[in-house]
Amino acid sequence: MGRALAVLIWLLTLASVVLFFSGWWFPAPISEHGPKVDQQFLITITVVGIAFVAAQVGLGYAIWRFGADARRKEERAVYSHGNNRLEMLWTVITAIVFISLAVMGQRVWAQLHFNEAPAGSFRARVVAQQFQWNFHYPGPDGKFGRTDPSLISDADLNFIGLDDRDPSARDDVSVSALAIPAGRPVELVLRSKDVTHSFWVPPLRFKQDLVPGMEIPVHFTVMADKIGKYELACAELCGQFHYRMKSYLLVLPEAEHAELVSLGAEEFKTRLSQLLAKYEPVISK
Amino acid sequence: MGMTVTSTETVAQTKVGLGSGPRKVGPNGGPRGNGPGGSGSVGDNFSPRKYRIGMWVALAGVLMLFTALTSAYIVRASSSNDWRPLVMPRLLWFSTGLILVSSLTFEVARRTLKSGNVSGYQRWLLLTVLLGLGFLATQLLAWRQLVTQGMYIATNPHSSFFYVLTGAHGLHLLGGILGLDYLLLRSWRRRNEGHAAEKRLAMANAVALYWHFMDGLWIYLFLLLFLWR
Amino acid sequence: MADANVVHEGHEAVHRHEPPKSFIRKYIFSLDHKVIGIQYILLALVAVFIGMILSVIMRMNLTWPGVEWPILGAIKPETYLSLMTIHGTMMVFFVLTTAPQGGFGNYFLPIQIGAEDMAFPVLNMLSFWVTLVGFIVLLAAFFVEGGAPLGGWTGYPPLSALGQIAGPGQGTGMNLWIISIAIFCVGSLLGALNFITTLLNLRAKGMSLMRMPLTCWAWFTTAVLALLAFPVLLAGGILLLLDRTAGTSFFVPGGLVVSDRLVEHSGGSPILWQHLFWFFGHPEVYIAILPGMGATSHILSTFARKPVFGYRAMVFAIFAIGLLGFFVWGHHMFISGMSPYSAMAFSILTLSIGVPSAVKTFNWLGTLWGAKIRFTTPMLFALGFVSLFVAGGITGLVLGQTSLDLPMHDTYFVLGHFHLVMGVAAIFGMFAGIYFWFPKMFGRMMSEKLGRVHFWITFIGVYCIFIPMHIMGIVGMPRRYSQFSEGGQQIYAFLETLHPLVKFVTIAAIVTAITQLLFFFNLFYSMFKGRKAGENPWEATTLEWTTSSPPPHDNFAGVPPTVYRGPYEFAVPGAPNDYIMQTEPDPGGDPAVTVQEGSSGNGHDGHKH
Repeated sequence: MGRALAVLIWLLTLASVVLFFSGWWFPAPISEHGPKVDQQFLITITVVGIAFVAAQVGLGYAIWRFGADARRKEERAVYSHGNNRLEMLWTVITAIVFISLAVMGQRVWAQLHFNEAPAGSFRARVVAQQFQWNFHYPGPDGKFGRTDPSLISDADLNFIGLDDRDPSARDDVSVSALAIPAGRPVELVLRSKDVTHSFWVPPLRFKQDLVPGMEIPVHFTVMADKIGKYELACAELCGQFHYRMKSYLLVLPEAEHAELVSLGAEEFKTRLSQLLAKYEPVISK
Repeated sequence: MGMTVTSTETVAQTKVGLGSGPRKVGPNGGPRGNGPGGSGSVGDNFSPRKYRIGMWVALAGVLMLFTALTSAYIVRASSSNDWRPLVMPRLLWFSTGLILVSSLTFEVARRTLKSGNVSGYQRWLLLTVLLGLGFLATQLLAWRQLVTQGMYIATNPHSSFFYVLTGAHGLHLLGGILGLDYLLLRSWRRRNEGHAAEKRLAMANAVALYWHFMDGLWIYLFLLLFLWR
Repeated sequence: MADANVVHEGHEAVHRHEPPKSFIRKYIFSLDHKVIGIQYILLALVAVFIGMILSVIMRMNLTWPGVEWPILGAIKPETYLSLMTIHGTMMVFFVLTTAPQGGFGNYFLPIQIGAEDMAFPVLNMLSFWVTLVGFIVLLAAFFVEGGAPLGGWTGYPPLSALGQIAGPGQGTGMNLWIISIAIFCVGSLLGALNFITTLLNLRAKGMSLMRMPLTCWAWFTTAVLALLAFPVLLAGGILLLLDRTAGTSFFVPGGLVVSDRLVEHSGGSPILWQHLFWFFGHPEVYIAILPGMGATSHILSTFARKPVFGYRAMVFAIFAIGLLGFFVWGHHMFISGMSPYSAMAFSILTLSIGVPSAVKTFNWLGTLWGAKIRFTTPMLFALGFVSLFVAGGITGLVLGQTSLDLPMHDTYFVLGHFHLVMGVAAIFGMFAGIYFWFPKMFGRMMSEKLGRVHFWITFIGVYCIFIPMHIMGIVGMPRRYSQFSEGGQQIYAFLETLHPLVKFVTIAAIVTAITQLLFFFNLFYSMFKGRKAGENPWEATTLEWTTSSPPPHDNFAGVPPTVYRGPYEFAVPGAPNDYIMQTEPDPGGDPAVTVQEGSSGNGHDGHKH
């Protein structure tokens, strides 16, 4: 019995480890901070993996070695209440390892969240709603027009409540896919008009909730050579059709992107749908 | 029985595996002090401590409830620009006076009970109950006053918190009044069990603890609602 | 036992509490902590059965969306989310909180410390009945217009605060959900109050704190956590209910447009709810797992025939986990819009909580080292607990890091992590507990043969279900999606490669779920037909094994035990047996106690050494 259990624990451990090498993995990162996140993940999962294997192998070994069937009948277990020195040792070692991991993990975080977006970032606004993404571009004048929740009307396709009386709003564009330039910092201001949603593009290694009543500015940069179309998902339960709240992140060469954002509202929309058709979704491993 | 157990002190040190032999001070040491409650007579689990401990524990729970509401109050006050503090209804000074006096009368009741004067105890207890009811009635009147001024629970966040905090406190105080009623009922039942007097005092002490806590809690809420805005 | 009664004949008859006679007072509105404990366990069994069926239906829908099932029909997205919400609520509240604490704790805490009953039996009875009402209210949510809520067990506003316009089930169903949770909070608070007072006040003579079994430490710490955490959820629940019904704006901000309608609220903060919820929610995780840790330590030592390795360290670790558990709630909210600076602090605190958890694991391994293990069914489950606790807990090191939360938050990686550690490991702790204590509770043994089969399949099954979920999370599969394809069309292309894994997990889940029927059968069959158990079938050392099986109404037949030593005295060299009961007098000990022992310490006469 004991030996069978020991072998089973080892087999399950082996299978778990093998599964992590089976090729199912992150999509290749496209953001500049992405590789750093991946590296931190790799370090952590290695530490975790070693600890996992060591603990399971140790557990299996104890079960294998110290089963009653493996010992003489009159023999007793070792009478021991512990070993202070040993316990101190492993407590201190785990504390050092765990806390250093935590501290190391802050670097990418600090870089993303403790700084403002660099000057010259491309700026767009994101307004999420049940079950649709709206992306608000300032148009050729580079100024975001006034919006007002009371002007929102899905029936008139004014999803973000743009106020036409504001001159700077007239050239603004609201579309359902996000086109950004490659190799240039991007700043998004995230808002939600009904419930909490979450902006999630797996290859971007970035996720942020869109909280009603809050404007959350975030920024990131996509690497210059990562041009393509990427799937954008909602990662915070937002209602019954949460699963189909999908959009695309379209990463364009700077020139192509500059041309797109210089267009007026109607041309912008046509051009965007052409671009969306032009690129295949990138499914990278 | 006829068996001897080798005491752990005589166990030879064995060095096997991870073990380093028994520790000097450990869970397996010789018999030590009693569990605190264990010294009572056999088979009867009455102990006056149980009411006191139980009440402190319960109060820790109540405290957490109001701590949570307080932190919500503070967060909400600064989360938006719609915070419009209420003008304090003057009646609240009166209710504050009532509850302060009720704490005093309860103390007198307790002293009287300690000196063995049960009928005096009953009178003071009854007075405390009346003061408590008076407090609740005054609170309700204050609510009525606000309602006539058009200040409803949803009018603005401060009014929401006012109703929630005074309501939660009122419900807890109502629990205290029920406790007082229970004490009164018990005081009429004269049974000569072994611990009747002791038990009566222990329960009075526990309810008193609760009552004073509610008193203090009200003062705190009063300050929070109308000084910290 | 007979002569023990003779000794006490001189005392007043009042000391022996007579059991109630009528059926209703004995089994329904009972004040006896043992009956209440069993009531809690039965409630949890019903809840776990429902919760498990819901999870299987969910898995089937994820794997074969849009299929018309017999009886169920096609599962709509909102139905899926309702099942998910009730599955989570049912499991977290009515299984993981009731069974280990309300069930086993109620039954065994008083016996293990040598008390006759809980400190406040009436409150104890109330706590169960209140909890039951909460359970019924929760189930009722399925049968109202719109059905059960779809916001998940975390109930984040504004989704949970806006009512029917935010989705079916967000109307009456959501109200019932909040009311159910509020009622549950009250029940748990009454329970916690009782546990703490009982443990502090009613310990038998000689039962010093450091002689208590680790189970008692775990129940005690759990009760403290419940006492401090549930009021906060209660406060949040009250405010949320007012937002829904009284038009207040605690959590709902202004200017919301839902289903094209402007909502009349202003200024509330959705994140405030998240803070209140997780301030409760994180300690809740430890409320679920600590009793399992206690039971595992207890059972490992008993069947390893070896004292617990580092008893003191174990106690400190329980405390450290409980204490730190109150300062890490923010790790659920790294990407919620909370200040990124506090996220950093929460992250470091979170990884520190891994230290006491690791200490516990090391000490369990230390307990097994040099042991002489008896592989009974409870022991198998306790060993399984250790394995699963490591497997599930260790990925907390990934999720606790702010930067790794960017890809991992709200993916299947999180699902795999918390199901393994707070779900399955905690349930293994309960299985270990039930196989271990069943003979004491019902006077009969459970079938070892069925128990083993149950263990083998379940142990393999849960690994097959939850380890692959980590991989799905790494690929990026978001949680709380009711389906990943619609009309035969994959919605997200990047998830397509995962399909074989999804199918594999579902099949493993179905097999594992069916295996649980074996357990239910074993449980009820053994209650009536099991082999008779003696007083101490496992040759264990703690007080519950010094009394008859099942114990009499007042636990020790009028003779409270006196305790002379620590709880895990196994393999003491020179002793005639490889275990020494806690009640065994120590000839070299304190003479004062020995004298006392002469007059009342005959309670363990029944043991043939």
